[in-house]
Amino acid sequence: MTTKKKGGAPASNKAVDALYAIAEEIYEELDGGQIPKMKIPLRTKANIRFDSKHAVWKYGNLMGVRSAKKLKGALMLLRTMYVLEFIRDMIRDSKSSTLREMYYISEGWDIAKFHAQEESNLLAEDLEVITQLLREDFKLRPEESGASVIGNITLEEITRGGDRKRINCRDDVGDAGYTIPYNVEKEKIKFIDADAKFILAIETGGMFDRLVENGFDDDAKCVLVHLKGQPSRSTRRLLKRLNEEMKLPVATFTDSDPWSFRIHAAVAYGAIKTAHISEYLATPTAEFVGITPSDILNYELPTDALTPRDVGALNAEMTDPRFNDEFWRNEIQTMLQLNKKAEQQALAKYGLDYVTDTYLPEKLGPLGLM
Amino acid sequence: MPSISIAEELAKKQREISVSEFFERNKQILGYDSATKALLTAVKEGVDNSLDAAADADILPDVLVEVKKIDKEEFVVIVEDNGPGIVKKEVANVFGRLLYGSRFFSRAQRRGQQGLGISGAVMYGQITTGKPTKIRSKVAEQDVAYEIELILDTKKNRPNVVEEDFVVWERAHGTRVEIPLKGRYNAGKQSIPEYLKATAIVNPHARITYRPPDGEEIVFERATEDLPPKTKEIPPHPHGIELGTLMAMMKETKSYKLAAFLEEEFVRVSSRVAKEICDAAGLDPDKKPKSLVLEEAKALHDAMQSAKLMSPPTDCLSPIGERLIKRGLKNVLGNLRPEFYAPPLTRDPAVYSGNPFQVEVGIVYGGDLPPDQPIEVLRFANRVPLLYQAGGCALTQAVANVDWRRYGLEQRGGQGLPFGPAIVLVHLCSTKVPYTSESKEAVATVDEIMTELDLALKEAGRRLKTHLTKKAHRAKTKEKFEIVQLILPRIADKSAKIVNKKVPVLDATITKIMGVVWVDEQIEYDKKVKRHTVTLNVHNFTAAGKKLNLHLLLPRGIEPKSVEPKPAEVRDDGKITWELKRIDSVAKASISFVLEGLDEAEYDESDLYVSGINPGLVIGAEPLPGDWELNYAEFEEEETPTVEATEETEIDYDETEEALDDD
Repeated sequence: MTTKKKGGAPASNKAVDALYAIAEEIYEELDGGQIPKMKIPLRTKANIRFDSKHAVWKYGNLMGVRSAKKLKGALMLLRTMYVLEFIRDMIRDSKSSTLREMYYISEGWDIAKFHAQEESNLLAEDLEVITQLLREDFKLRPEESGASVIGNITLEEITRGGDRKRINCRDDVGDAGYTIPYNVEKEKIKFIDADAKFILAIETGGMFDRLVENGFDDDAKCVLVHLKGQPSRSTRRLLKRLNEEMKLPVATFTDSDPWSFRIHAAVAYGAIKTAHISEYLATPTAEFVGITPSDILNYELPTDALTPRDVGALNAEMTDPRFNDEFWRNEIQTMLQLNKKAEQQALAKYGLDYVTDTYLPEKLGPLGLM
Repeated sequence: MPSISIAEELAKKQREISVSEFFERNKQILGYDSATKALLTAVKEGVDNSLDAAADADILPDVLVEVKKIDKEEFVVIVEDNGPGIVKKEVANVFGRLLYGSRFFSRAQRRGQQGLGISGAVMYGQITTGKPTKIRSKVAEQDVAYEIELILDTKKNRPNVVEEDFVVWERAHGTRVEIPLKGRYNAGKQSIPEYLKATAIVNPHARITYRPPDGEEIVFERATEDLPPKTKEIPPHPHGIELGTLMAMMKETKSYKLAAFLEEEFVRVSSRVAKEICDAAGLDPDKKPKSLVLEEAKALHDAMQSAKLMSPPTDCLSPIGERLIKRGLKNVLGNLRPEFYAPPLTRDPAVYSGNPFQVEVGIVYGGDLPPDQPIEVLRFANRVPLLYQAGGCALTQAVANVDWRRYGLEQRGGQGLPFGPAIVLVHLCSTKVPYTSESKEAVATVDEIMTELDLALKEAGRRLKTHLTKKAHRAKTKEKFEIVQLILPRIADKSAKIVNKKVPVLDATITKIMGVVWVDEQIEYDKKVKRHTVTLNVHNFTAAGKKLNLHLLLPRGIEPKSVEPKPAEVRDDGKITWELKRIDSVAKASISFVLEGLDEAEYDESDLYVSGINPGLVIGAEPLPGDWELNYAEFEEEETPTVEATEETEIDYDETEEALDDD
């Protein structure tokens, strides 16, 4: 994702400088007898604004304060110091680590150790937001997401040995498809050619396999991408690049529940957690092909009752600016009224071919994709 | 209100109709209306008898309760005590005659006041199983115990002896009764162990052992060796008397003249008042009390109610007392490790309709008590737990009427039982508890009693609130202490290392975060030698040096040893004062002492006060009350807390995690 860097050294220095500046500020505050604190843009739905230039949602101007006055704040500041030192040492020693490894490294940090990987991931993101750099600049990388691609698209990947390897994502892969690596930037992956009309991004593995088995990629001339739930950064980045560079429209196909709506929002509008890099990750033109709550009614799909957590998530979406349009308001209201949710695979009620023969053509047709 | 006349009615009826019919008609009143309740009622009657007998004889009660299962429906309830025993010729009467040994005119506070008592249990057992009850009793003067099996001759209200004998019994004195009866055994809220647990709380002088039909024996050990003070019997007060009782008294009296009857058999009636009452009733003071007809009795009763009289004396009541309520609660609930026993509260005696009464309230809070359920209300009347009809009971209603939100408990709309990790104990003692019905399961709402209950509960609530506020303050200070002691120095080390400069001095930052003088207490307990070691650390986390006096109030009769440093003053009432030397900013002073011979639970928190300093700067000690000592009440420097006030507009970054699960 670090498009700026060539060879590594300059960006790393930039990272070292940025980290040093953070530590210096804390040091100066302590030395001046002040209570140390850090200002960070709030990463909440109340602080995302529509960026009309990129047509995605980005953080606004609301700032939060992490202060040593509070126990939690003090602990996070201490952890920040440990993380800064850890990253600085990695850059010096030309090492890198996964986010999970950093979480385990913190075992040796005594009271500053992380109690869940979520905590260390959030702190890494905090540093991105503050420094406006990317976690790759800090030598931190995610685990493989394992999301996969099947379709007639050819790309060139730089292998571990440094060789260029051409892969056709239909002919050169097995049924599981081409696995998306964590780095999908140009220096790692180049697109050579694509014979497809659009990309269908699918939430669940069950539905992905169904479409593969039914040969939907060939029949509809499309690229199937398995999102594997809430898609990782690299999956979203790959969709974005395919959309921009290969001019392939993106359609998302998910379950019908509040969490699936957030999957589409992350793909199309930008996720709240990563709103500082929405313009890298979001594909604003992505279309939602369902399953919508209206589809539950129209297709008379088998359902499950909403859990209290589901209802809470739907209510939260009612005040989420990304869902503040007529379509989403109606659909969310419909789901709350139905008090029901449905899975993609509920379409199997009408037979295994129903999704490819009837449902998707009915949904993709009006979008001009079939 | 139910009265003796109903009980008499019952006794009469019981002669006229068959026993099973009698029970069928009256089982609700008698406490045998369900199979589960029957077992509990029998246990209750037995335990009441045992505790009352021990109290009469100044014996520390040791009561064994055992429930044996015979088959699916049949049980034997055994209650054995170390009471004075019953002389041979009375045993059969006590257990085999209904309403024998009347206590109806007694004005002392008693457990059993009316109803059928233990002989009712015997009768129920005999109806449901056809089997006799076995009693064994031994008085101190006899070498052997008298053992008898009897059934009730219900037509004549006399015991029928099935078998009797003298047996050797290792007890010096005591009574044991074995009643076979049909019932159903269950656990839960209204169960025998719950009843015994509650009984143990309000009778801390009793040792109670319970052997359930299955499972482990439970022992409630004695929490005190002190017997409750004896209650005096007093004659009734004219204001509370009921017509039926009055008529019965006139029938039984030895007085020949109405005025003399009033003067002699009622409290607070002088000869002048007696005459006034007679006059007001339009009756001849010399009239024979036995000769009054119903209309005349009614007139007399009315005149008695409207006579101006002094309130009855109140030394006939036996409250448990604040100290023993706490002991009893700690003793029985200690395994729940409650964090706080609000100092219990015994109100001064008051009077309703000529009947003296007194209310007591205790609150237990925190520990393993469930935080998300309605609080538990332990109801007691004259030291007897009330287990049924909680909703219709004045004691529950009084709790529900208080707005507990003010005192730190959750309560929807400020009414109804509050939610929270708390147990509230409510005890009403009176020479005459106004029950809602003959079954004595709930207390009726009487204005005077409701007022007293409300005052007591609110005061107890305030004590709880004080504790919760203190706790919140301490928690916050403790948190800040952790920040400045553990976290801040490490942030300083790390940041200095990264920027490659020398580690900064943190004093100014520390005082900005804390801004208080913190009195922190550590108590260590050595079980082997029963020794508390108490350490008090006075941390000055303000920007300037501080001088102050620390006062410790020890419970009466506790003498501290190895007191370091030497106090400036030690007083007889348990107040110890240290005049501490100036403590520099970010420095601390320490005080320590040991207490010997106490149980661990007897000392869990020091009662600390400060003077000579702005008390607003101090966390962990209260300002010395002004009326204690004038020379300690002043302080020189005027300083307001220096803690940086949180900028209201500042949003805490780490408290805004709502949206972070979307990715």
